[in-house]
Amino acid sequence: MPERMRHVPLDMEKAKRPEAEIHIIKDQCKGCGFCIKFCPQKVLEESQEINARGVHPPKIVDESKCVICGFCTAVCPDFAIFVVEKLSKEEIKK
Amino acid sequence: MVQETVHPLSKYLREAMIPHIWCTGCGNGVILNCFVQAVDELEMDLDKLVVVSGIGCIGRAAGYTNADSFHTTHGRSLAFATGAKLANPELNVVVISGDGDLFAIGGNHFIHAARRNIGVKVICANNFNYGMTGGQQGPTTPLEASTTTTPYGNIEHPFNLVHLAAASGATYVARWTTLHVRRLTQSIKRMLQKEGFCFIEVISPCPEIFGRRNKMRTGLEMMDWFKRASVVENFSDPSKAEISTEKLIVGEFVNTEKVSYEKFLHEKISQINEKRVGW
Repeated sequence: MPERMRHVPLDMEKAKRPEAEIHIIKDQCKGCGFCIKFCPQKVLEESQEINARGVHPPKIVDESKCVICGFCTAVCPDFAIFVVEKLSKEEIKK
Repeated sequence: MVQETVHPLSKYLREAMIPHIWCTGCGNGVILNCFVQAVDELEMDLDKLVVVSGIGCIGRAAGYTNADSFHTTHGRSLAFATGAKLANPELNVVVISGDGDLFAIGGNHFIHAARRNIGVKVICANNFNYGMTGGQQGPTTPLEASTTTTPYGNIEHPFNLVHLAAASGATYVARWTTLHVRRLTQSIKRMLQKEGFCFIEVISPCPEIFGRRNKMRTGLEMMDWFKRASVVENFSDPSKAEISTEKLIVGEFVNTEKVSYEKFLHEKISQINEKRVGW
């Protein structure tokens, strides 16, 4: 175990990793592949289906790996993908 | 996965105009995305935002933003923006235009707007050629690059846009590529909060017209070039900020404060009016 892993933050129990909710607007995608190529966690990959524009939109491989860095949202030229934090049931009630 | 049709930034875009007509792999959409994101983060009033653009592919950006916008004739985007800013200095006037529009036909407007320090913010999409008209060689085409009018390689020295802007007297000068989305958004935010003339050059991929004649057939290959070659050197000498296949120097080059032209102008007018009352 590396040295830095032995020291855990004091509020480690309370803190939890946010869960991502990836929204893909498939028919707006033009298939440039920027989101697939530059995702740091490799969450997306090219799908086999064909959308209204005749290209392969991205599909999600593993949504739990996403850390909501938001790079795909920022780099998409067609406003076709965005990521938000998934709210738990208690937060939705509020 | 959840299917959702409303993008959080879609309120800043004209619904009827989206999806846009830019090619697959084009960087103009990224620039529009970063600009809209910066406007969203600053919570700017859309009634006080004016987006002006000139002729070129990126010229359509004015039509896509939901602010008050105008698509001017070739090269005259800064002339129009100057008029809008002087008539109502409360407006935030942003010019989003291309390298051919701002530096070829509009070159004189650019250097004099920068010299006077008019409070207009300029975002220039540099794709190294005239993309809309079929890929002719332009003022920013690198040496030895192949275009439709230079099939054996370009022999003209290109403009160094950041050096030109800094030498003309712009108060904020930066250069980013479309891969540096976060830094570009931050840079646009910083620029929108400043008073004087500001200039950001965004190096944008043009795979369909420029890239395929220069061994970069897709937008991804051009973005790979940006990733491989770009070096961030903040506040370095803009005259040494080269663009070549091996090295692409990006960063903020100038960030100074200077009194803007419209402030001087309106002060002068009020001084003259006070004298007249005393007669």
